[in-house]
Amino acid sequence: MGRYVIRRLLQMIPVFIGATLLIFLMVNVMGDPVAGLCGDRKCDPATATQLKKEFGLDKPVWQQYLTYMGNVFTGDFGTAFNGQKVTELMSAAFPVTIRLTVVAIVFEIVIGISLGVLTGLRRGRPVDTVVLLLTLVVISIPTFVTGLVLQLLLGVQWGVIKPSVSSEAPFNELLIPGLVLASVSLAYVTRLTRTSIAENRRADYVRTAVAKGLPRRRVITRHLLRNSLIPVVTFIGTDVGALMGGAIVTERIFNIHGVGFQLYQGILRQSTQTVVGFVTVLVLVFLVANLIVDLLYAVLDPRIRYA
Amino acid sequence: MRGATHAKWAACAVTVALAATACGGGGSDGGGGDGSGIVSSSWGDPQNPLEPANTNEVQGGKILDMVFRGLKRYDPKTGEAKDMIAESIDTKDAQNFTVKIKDNWKFSNGEKVTAKSFVDAWNYGANLKNNQKNAYFFGYIEGYDKVHPEKGDPSAQTLSGLKVVDDKTFTVKLSQKFSTWPDTLGYPAFAPLPKAFYDDHQGWLSKPVGNGPYKVDSYTKGSKMSLRKWDGYPGDDKARNGGVDMKVYTDNNTAYTDLMAGNLDLVDDVPASQLKNAKNDLGDRYINTPAGIIQTLAFPFYDSKWNKDGMEKVRQGLSMAINREQITETIFQKTRTPASDWTSPVLGEKGGYKEGLCGDACDYDAAKAKKLVEEGGGIPGGTLKVTYNADTGSHKEWVDAVCNSINKALGKDKACVANPVGTFADFRSKASKQELDGAWRAGWQMDYPLIQNFLEPVYFTDAPSNDGKYSDKEFDKLVNEANGETDTNKAIGKFQDAEKILAKDMPAIPLWYQNGSAGYSDKVSDVSLNQFSVPVYNEIKVN
Repeated sequence: MGRYVIRRLLQMIPVFIGATLLIFLMVNVMGDPVAGLCGDRKCDPATATQLKKEFGLDKPVWQQYLTYMGNVFTGDFGTAFNGQKVTELMSAAFPVTIRLTVVAIVFEIVIGISLGVLTGLRRGRPVDTVVLLLTLVVISIPTFVTGLVLQLLLGVQWGVIKPSVSSEAPFNELLIPGLVLASVSLAYVTRLTRTSIAENRRADYVRTAVAKGLPRRRVITRHLLRNSLIPVVTFIGTDVGALMGGAIVTERIFNIHGVGFQLYQGILRQSTQTVVGFVTVLVLVFLVANLIVDLLYAVLDPRIRYA
Repeated sequence: MRGATHAKWAACAVTVALAATACGGGGSDGGGGDGSGIVSSSWGDPQNPLEPANTNEVQGGKILDMVFRGLKRYDPKTGEAKDMIAESIDTKDAQNFTVKIKDNWKFSNGEKVTAKSFVDAWNYGANLKNNQKNAYFFGYIEGYDKVHPEKGDPSAQTLSGLKVVDDKTFTVKLSQKFSTWPDTLGYPAFAPLPKAFYDDHQGWLSKPVGNGPYKVDSYTKGSKMSLRKWDGYPGDDKARNGGVDMKVYTDNNTAYTDLMAGNLDLVDDVPASQLKNAKNDLGDRYINTPAGIIQTLAFPFYDSKWNKDGMEKVRQGLSMAINREQITETIFQKTRTPASDWTSPVLGEKGGYKEGLCGDACDYDAAKAKKLVEEGGGIPGGTLKVTYNADTGSHKEWVDAVCNSINKALGKDKACVANPVGTFADFRSKASKQELDGAWRAGWQMDYPLIQNFLEPVYFTDAPSNDGKYSDKEFDKLVNEANGETDTNKAIGKFQDAEKILAKDMPAIPLWYQNGSAGYSDKVSDVSLNQFSVPVYNEIKVN
């Protein structure tokens, strides 16, 4: 197990370098970012040169990348064009997005798995059909439609929530955005759990457990659900990264100043430092989430061993 | 055990329910009509650090307008440059100026505003090593080429044309005659700065201190700034509300939704998609007033194909082929006015705006357009590419419409095609490096309400914003003469003569003047936009 973890950690290094290099090149290909700083007029050449020097944009790309990576290892993610440290932006944005992601994941786990278990146990019954239809509807509607409709209904028409989240973004204001963000994944979690439960229901170990005379509740939670969760956990694990990076749409609709907001702003202003910095952290989140998922397998199914 | 779990779930459900209702309550602070109410307003994240000489876009400009007052201020209604801190600005030769300032002005930290506060701030703004994006505003002052050389390091740290005479007086020597120079001093870049700015620069940036009607109460970069009325403000344009909370929105659609839900008092940029509903939704509380912004299509004069004889006919023909009336009505819901000169109606007749100066080249006439383009030798390459940035400002819609209009008028499917560029930065980079062929969208937002500002920076030979490299000796001569003219009326006449050369050469096709559009809630009143389409915050009353 220990060796497995170390090997996985080592594997992360090339993935990490590759991903950051790609992002770095992509942002750099978009052209000269200083040109956009002066609005609809041309920056005067002397100031532009000076700015380029300050942001290190006057050097060749490979050199910029090396300096950048060198700095990253010392915890310096550079400065965004508005003069703020990227780490400062991160410390403002990540807590907000993490809260939003937590809300979304909780929704996925609580609603998704409960509905999945419910329908898996009652396959073919009316409740199963209804939930299946509902998840189909949710999957087929794009997030921004769900978001805008909920915002309009709950925020403007009925006044139940504020249409936009305040800058502090406390948990209670993130409930609806979190639900919107979770919606599609939630439907997938429901379907995955349902299939898995329905499949394992006829497994020998479940029959044994029932024959032993265990209470139904214990059979379901301890035996049936635990074994059925492997695909679900895999999905939720990778979803953590996807939710954090993919919150751009939801964050925009509800004006949440999280990672999506900063990335969007960074791309529009071609702020290499901001974009690369945030993506670097997101790549790390992805990698770690994947590792945790793999380690969780053994907890769920003791037959799985790591070598 | 089972019971306990049930209880836990019930508790959770209650918490969720309570939390949800908590989101519904609240609203903006009350305060009544006694001038202590707080206005909440939409805001965009400023692109640059908030320093007077480093702020060149509307979002940062809004804050400077609240926190700073300079020598002059543009009247929010007429646009006239009126003395604010300046007691007098005198000149005999349009080149040497003596500035006297009023006695009673202070910064909100108690420091006095003196002649030195101005001179130091201007020296700071002009100096190359401070990276100020508005440094060129000081370019007329003598010695600018020493502190801001085009290449290499500055050979002087201060502008030789600036001299402090005493606490209340300083003199300015310009490097050329510029009669309307005092009228440019309302631009925020010319604001005075307190000592704190130099002593603790980072600290100042995180909480700017100025001399305006508001002081910064708290500032969370990227999301919110709370401004509060400064009771010690000596000016006569004191704030009529208790303060303004600026809230950053990434998407002005969300800001508009917040306004509809009563969660926000003022949106100063109604999203294009909502323009149709705004009148219905807001009634009188929808503002749509002209601003000093003109949208044009510029041409590449650095490309010999566009710079040869006869091409002016092609450009005039293209201009005639654009149905401005129809486009402003259907796409912009009348938030744009068809342009017929190269300035803006906010200047007024007296300030140099002249309706119809462009002549019939700005009137839609398909048949004549086709004839002119053919006479001029046709569009180079047969197709006109119109480049724009697709990331902001919904430019796609109107560029497509302009191209359709041209194609229809010329009777060819491919006479004009749109050419989107991904980001504004990329677009600007291509434009400023002369990498664009065909035409491109060229907006111009005025820095100060002067006809000079609409012409010289954009069409003068090698001027900073002359991306198309248009050059005409006669035009340059007239602009120089106008700048040297001490009599304002005569100066404006010369500028208009210069503009007539633009009508002949058509270096850029005027499309339309842009309006500022805003909406506000019934909790506030006396909301208006100034000529820069920025709300006049200090006049807003909270009911």
